[in-house]
Amino acid sequence: MGMRVTFTANGRPVEADDVWEGESLLYVLRERLGLPGSKNACEQGECGSCTVYLDGLPVCACLVAAGQVQDREVRTVEGLGARDGGLGVVQQAFLDAGAVQCGFCTPGLLVQTDALLARDPRPCDADIREALSGNLCRCTGYETIMDAVRLAAARTRAGRGAGADRADRADRADRADRADRTEGTVTG
Amino acid sequence: MEFLRPSDWAGALAAKAEHPAALPVAGGTDVMVELNFGLRRPPAVLDLNRVGELAEWSRDGAVVRLGAAVPYSRIIGELSGPLPGLALAARTVGSPQIRNRGSVGGNLGAASPAGDAHPPLLAAGRDVLVEADSVRGTRLIPIDDFYRGVKRNALEPDELIRAVRIPVADGPQQFSKVGTRNAMVIAVCAFALALHPRTRTVGTGLGSAAPTPRRAVEAEQYLREVLAERGRWDSGEPPGAEELRRFGELVAAAADPIDDVRGSADYRRHALAVMARRTLTWAWNDYRERTGSAAWA
Amino acid sequence: MSARTVQGEKNLQDIRQSSPHGVGGSPLRPDGTLKVRGEFAYSSDLWHESMLWGTTLRSPHARANIRSVDVSGALAVPGVFAVLTHEDIPGEKYYGLDVPDQPALAIDRIRYHGEPVALVAADHPETARRAARNIEVDYEVLTPIVTEEQCLDPRTYGYVHEPHEYRSHAHGNICHEQRLVHGLGVTDEVRAMADVVVRGSYEVGMQDQAFLGPESGLAVPAEDGGVDLYVATQWLHADRRQMAPVLGLPEEKVRLTLAGVGGAFGGREDLSMQIHACLLALRTGRPVKIVYSRDESFLGHVHRHPARMTYEHGATRDGRLVYSDARIVLDGGAYASTSPAVVGNAASLGNGPYVIPNVRMHALALYSNNPSCGAMRGFGAVQAAFGYESQMDRLAAELGMDPVGFRQLNAVRQGDRMPTGQEIDAPAPVAELLRRVKDMPLPPPLEARDPDLRRLPGGLSNTSHGEGVVRGVGYSVGIKNVGFSEGFDDHSTARVRLEVIGGEPVALVHTAMAEVGQGGVTVHAQIARTELGVEQVTIQPADTRIGSAGSTSASRQTYMTGGAVKLAAEAVRRELIERGRRRYGWTGDDLTLADGKVVSASAGPLVPIADLLGDEAIDLTREHRHRPTAPFDPETGQGFGHVQYSFCANRAVVDVDVELGLVKVVELSAVQDVGRAVNPLAVVGQIQGACTQALGLAVMEEIVLRDGKVRNASFTDYLVPTILDTPPIPVEILELPDPHAPYGLRGVGEAPTVSATPSIVAAVRAATGLALNRIPVRPEHLTTERPGTA
Repeated sequence: MGMRVTFTANGRPVEADDVWEGESLLYVLRERLGLPGSKNACEQGECGSCTVYLDGLPVCACLVAAGQVQDREVRTVEGLGARDGGLGVVQQAFLDAGAVQCGFCTPGLLVQTDALLARDPRPCDADIREALSGNLCRCTGYETIMDAVRLAAARTRAGRGAGADRADRADRADRADRADRTEGTVTG
Repeated sequence: MEFLRPSDWAGALAAKAEHPAALPVAGGTDVMVELNFGLRRPPAVLDLNRVGELAEWSRDGAVVRLGAAVPYSRIIGELSGPLPGLALAARTVGSPQIRNRGSVGGNLGAASPAGDAHPPLLAAGRDVLVEADSVRGTRLIPIDDFYRGVKRNALEPDELIRAVRIPVADGPQQFSKVGTRNAMVIAVCAFALALHPRTRTVGTGLGSAAPTPRRAVEAEQYLREVLAERGRWDSGEPPGAEELRRFGELVAAAADPIDDVRGSADYRRHALAVMARRTLTWAWNDYRERTGSAAWA
Repeated sequence: MSARTVQGEKNLQDIRQSSPHGVGGSPLRPDGTLKVRGEFAYSSDLWHESMLWGTTLRSPHARANIRSVDVSGALAVPGVFAVLTHEDIPGEKYYGLDVPDQPALAIDRIRYHGEPVALVAADHPETARRAARNIEVDYEVLTPIVTEEQCLDPRTYGYVHEPHEYRSHAHGNICHEQRLVHGLGVTDEVRAMADVVVRGSYEVGMQDQAFLGPESGLAVPAEDGGVDLYVATQWLHADRRQMAPVLGLPEEKVRLTLAGVGGAFGGREDLSMQIHACLLALRTGRPVKIVYSRDESFLGHVHRHPARMTYEHGATRDGRLVYSDARIVLDGGAYASTSPAVVGNAASLGNGPYVIPNVRMHALALYSNNPSCGAMRGFGAVQAAFGYESQMDRLAAELGMDPVGFRQLNAVRQGDRMPTGQEIDAPAPVAELLRRVKDMPLPPPLEARDPDLRRLPGGLSNTSHGEGVVRGVGYSVGIKNVGFSEGFDDHSTARVRLEVIGGEPVALVHTAMAEVGQGGVTVHAQIARTELGVEQVTIQPADTRIGSAGSTSASRQTYMTGGAVKLAAEAVRRELIERGRRRYGWTGDDLTLADGKVVSASAGPLVPIADLLGDEAIDLTREHRHRPTAPFDPETGQGFGHVQYSFCANRAVVDVDVELGLVKVVELSAVQDVGRAVNPLAVVGQIQGACTQALGLAVMEEIVLRDGKVRNASFTDYLVPTILDTPPIPVEILELPDPHAPYGLRGVGEAPTVSATPSIVAAVRAATGLALNRIPVRPEHLTTERPGTA
């Protein structure tokens, strides 16, 4: 048993030894590199909880053979934070919107949402649903996840790192916006 | 287990020749499931990710040469014009994450009757050719000859799929797939249709409806005859209710489905007939709208 | 309780509830930051120096005799440290939540597909798996007992447990049963009082909890000969109570700490890998981690009981229910698990939130060679609601009445009696919930031209551009009990410590409550803030160093452990104020804590808590018990069996492709009385999550069996709703306080799983005109296997 795999994880060069040839990237991240943030819910590409960036594209880490990432770049949920060490926009939005319950689906959703907003900063609800249709959540019923993505989109549009004030205004604008576009409301 | 990492195509072919039992892996979306669950323990895994040309496509006149590992997300984004049926099918494959990795080459290699790419390839016509390469040379396998049994294809042990040559659509194409969920679902059954106004023929492809993907040959023949007989290609007049019904019936009759956890054989036949009628209607409307605009010239 | 005037209490409550992060607020989850950073340690994330990996060899058969087990092939694999069978178990060989009828590892017989036979510990999961494949088990395969008819005829088909093996009061293959008679029961005379009679048979498939975090944990052998287990579970103390005898250890040597839990929904109430990991750790002397794969998870935990039900209802011409006669048969599978409680719920709640003067009910759970069934969100009540709500729609149709109006006419209210004879002594706004859900605005109709595929049945699969799509609307309401019932000594323990850290008063809350995602930790901090007037609260990890918190199930944790935190915090507050009285000579009885100070309602702030507390922390533990309940009489089902009832009403709007049988739920509205929304954001999250699981049961989720074997143990073929299957879920909340409950709150997590499924099926019936007597509704039921029209 055993090969060596070296690649870049969250901007850092990493190396794993004695990797079994049938091992997945997910196993290497979780069990060999101390990056357990990507989750092991199904290991067959049917839940999205292990979603990571591979060379900039979101993929299921459980379906990438460890040997395939040699010399490539991987970014996981652990690499989504803000530069100052605080939470990234998408992370903060998920927290604020109540989109985190058990949280097992959260890392994958965060990466997938990050990728969506990088591509389209103003997704409509149907676009959000299509983009997140590979990420199962069993706790929330997805409503607060929709809220979180809308919130993250609004804050992103208001300008990254532009300060809380602009973000708040963006939230308000987004709420007004949502009154037009949103599919449902919560009262009570 | 060995992990083989050739850096170019010649290296890949050499590796496959030396290790014919090696399991090729590109996107990994089928192969890794089998490895993760211990369903398969091949003596070697042959990684094709480093062979850059496999992730490229090119267009040569009326043919798209699609590298075996071009991911579905790029087919959706870059090829929905020339290959609309395949692009429609690609949009239904797994999840967005899967579509960033999975490829037509993978679907062909696995040769599962449920693979979403097969029906549009079959419908696109006999001129769809699978490029099977080995150190011995290149074979061009017509798509109709490619599927040989449940999860069996026409590849020799030392061959790898390099690309698929697919004619650029010469008419409207449709793809429709039934699943019991609105996303991320394996086909209960699927149907693809291609109108070929130039040759005044119709192509079909059935998925999850028989031990292999297959065409509904009699349905194609019926439609070809009835459309010609009644001058529909010239008049643009849509197929009538009876023609739609008969077409659906023949598509269903072409299936040889089973009862499994995803659906019953009866339901599969029923759904194929419905999809056949609907896709024909959509494709024909599309044809009619574009007739005269020389869009399909 | 201190003797204050009602007026004074109110003032003090108002003062205490000044913090936006206290009771009634929606502060951020204390574990949320770790969770969004990917740094929260779930049970499958744990790692230990020199750790081994455990794996479980499971039976491929549903019923078999084991002739022999040869483990030598596994032991010969390099990297293998231990291979265990039942012969290696040091203590008791059987365990069980309620009835100890389940062997920790199979002994001579196999009773269900996936039953654990042997264990392996090795240095890599692949090594362990490979070794497990080398274990040779010689099975004598037997015909499994799987249908109701087979189970009820043991002389012909055999026993799942031989009569001499029974460890419960069961007989034949009946695991547990409950009869109930209310009013005059159901006699010819009673039947004669009804103008309209509706009879129906209904079937519910086997649903799975499908939590995302697989069963997992890490067992670490300790120097004292005991073991420390870090595990995802719903009830640490019940785990330990079942584990210790099997491990041959006293309970104090089996120490459990809650690891991060990736959802539960009932599926972690029974043991999975707990005993196995500890056996391997104790044998090898090394830490052992077990993580189930998804297919193993489907085999390794209990499911929701499938049900076959018959209902007969009679009503008068003017729409009053006269009687109900029902039989509910639940498939409990191979082992008892929570079957007795599920039967109790089905019998006592199985006629819904309706006033029915005469009732006869028989509910039973069978032993079979199907997978074991046990706890899942709403158990017993979920299955029955599909039956009685289907009946309500049919009765309304028969009477020519509006289905909502018919329900409202017969809805229970506070002061009414349930068929168990129990008076409902708290608000029961069933008619009001229905009125509100009906009054919510309807979603716009489907765009006739060129609708977005993603909004259509079939979605991106491009099955319809509007063809065959018919809209339907359905309503339903449901009832669920909160807390453990039928005389169970349900209690929770909490410890609250108040101390000064860095000049600020800080509360520490310690319980054994399993945080499974529901947000109990958020609520505990809110309660401590409100009761102690502090902002900073630390939640200590849950473990067995403190008394039991009971299970995170039955919608009970905010009520029970939240209640315990409230009691402990109140005791701390009293103690602190008492110190103040001694030190400062305060005499007033209007003192409380708020904003970090001792506050007098009349005189305002008196002294900062930090000053009064100084270096002397106050550290108190309290147990919380809800008011006692009583067992149901086995023959009549009468008794004060439940602590509290919870109600939810739903409206479902669906689009059905009637030609292909595909369903798209367009909107699923919910109105629920929550007594008091201790955390509104979490309450809404519970309701929406519950509605979505109910949607899954209505149209897609089922474990498919053939001859007792699970045919779809994967997320490829066991389908749970994706975000494209889940509609907007508008929620309206009522807060009518329950005078018996802490803060007047009502458990919220389950009622929508009971009520939402029938509303969706009703909507599909409205769209198709079909009777639909089985859930999940499959495309076949709407097309090729149509059961006939309603």
